[in-house]
Amino acid sequence: MDCPIAQNLLDAYLDGEVDALRNSEIADHLHGCAGCAQSLEERQTIRSRLKAPSLYFKAPDTLQKSIRHSLRQAAKAEAPSRWFNAPWVKFAIPAGAAVLVLITLMPLYRNPASDRVAVEAVANHVRSLMVDHLADVGSTDEHTVKPWFNGKVNFSPPVTDLAKQGFPLIGGRLDYLDNNPVAALVYQRDKHIINVFVWPSAGSREIDSSSSNQQGYHVIRWARAGFNFCVVSDLEINQLKQFTDLLAAPPPDAAR
Amino acid sequence: MFGGKDKLERFEQTILPHLDAAYNLARWLTRNEQDAQDMVQEASLRAFKFFDGFRGGDARSWLLTTVRNTCYTWLQQNRRGQAMTQFDEEIHTADEDSLNPSALALKNADMEMLQQSLEQLPDEFREVIVLRDLEELSYKQIAEVTNVPLGTVMSRLARARARLKQILCSGVKEKS
Repeated sequence: MDCPIAQNLLDAYLDGEVDALRNSEIADHLHGCAGCAQSLEERQTIRSRLKAPSLYFKAPDTLQKSIRHSLRQAAKAEAPSRWFNAPWVKFAIPAGAAVLVLITLMPLYRNPASDRVAVEAVANHVRSLMVDHLADVGSTDEHTVKPWFNGKVNFSPPVTDLAKQGFPLIGGRLDYLDNNPVAALVYQRDKHIINVFVWPSAGSREIDSSSSNQQGYHVIRWARAGFNFCVVSDLEINQLKQFTDLLAAPPPDAAR
Repeated sequence: MFGGKDKLERFEQTILPHLDAAYNLARWLTRNEQDAQDMVQEASLRAFKFFDGFRGGDARSWLLTTVRNTCYTWLQQNRRGQAMTQFDEEIHTADEDSLNPSALALKNADMEMLQQSLEQLPDEFREVIVLRDLEELSYKQIAEVTNVPLGTVMSRLARARARLKQILCSGVKEKS
């Protein structure tokens, strides 16, 4: 082994990350080469200096406490999902259904079940704009955005770039909706941001699109081909419908 | 699925023991106590939110990945408006042999100088040294956390250490 090769491997050697054969070759070389042996010693010196406790910053107690506190709050907020699994739910269903019928008849509270998702979706949309956290993967390429979700959610969302149709894809992120981790795809039309939430639907039931209005945002939902879609934007409703039509039935020239 | 309370208990048992690791990485990436605390707070909540997606395995790497992503998002926003130096491994690596440090100089560098030298490194170099030499992750774990191939971890670490040595030695020279 000559010096340039040895030099290249010195760090991995120091870290015990070379295989046995390489290891003995490097050891042999170091035995006969003062220059490389000195390089190794310098690396060892720096590394041992870096182990000083004062260079390792431990989390302050106050931080530990405040994290535990906010986690409890977050857990409380998620707790309702547990009720659906509780045994007494079986008995509550008929009662709940009756209440639901009553509520549906009251004009003030129409359609609360789907409204809850719509309200959550609008909250997610607003939050994504507020904290400047639109995209975890910022890319206009569906072949970058789609694979990014691998391993982050247990499904592969359909991603279509509609730039040619005037709705460029600008990225994607993970979000949480209706007690599920969901893929959020972000599109743009002029200055308007469109959030598209996608998650698997129970069964292969297809649901026609329905639109509603929450706090001035338009929400359009449908289910197709095993996925729930929920689209939120402040875009003018006709343009948004044009967008959802494209999304539901992409033109043949838009690659999938 | 797990309910709120069970989930919280599991999270506290598997993930929270690694808060020190999380804070250390955030502190070195943000180079600032208050921002590091904010990052860890935000990252912990994010991790909790997506904890159902954690399929067991290396909890520390899993948390560190979230902390790192949170910090990088923050770094990108904070650098906005400033002249942004694009990270380039070749540019950021100067000729290693241009300085011939004595081993003594490295031994004598004081803690303050060590800290400052490490802080001067580009983020990508600093984090790889923090993960390897302070946190003692394996190359494979580092590859996971930083989302780069194993070979890149190896070469990046070698360059980062060479650069650190260079900064340290020039610092020692100035002082003496």
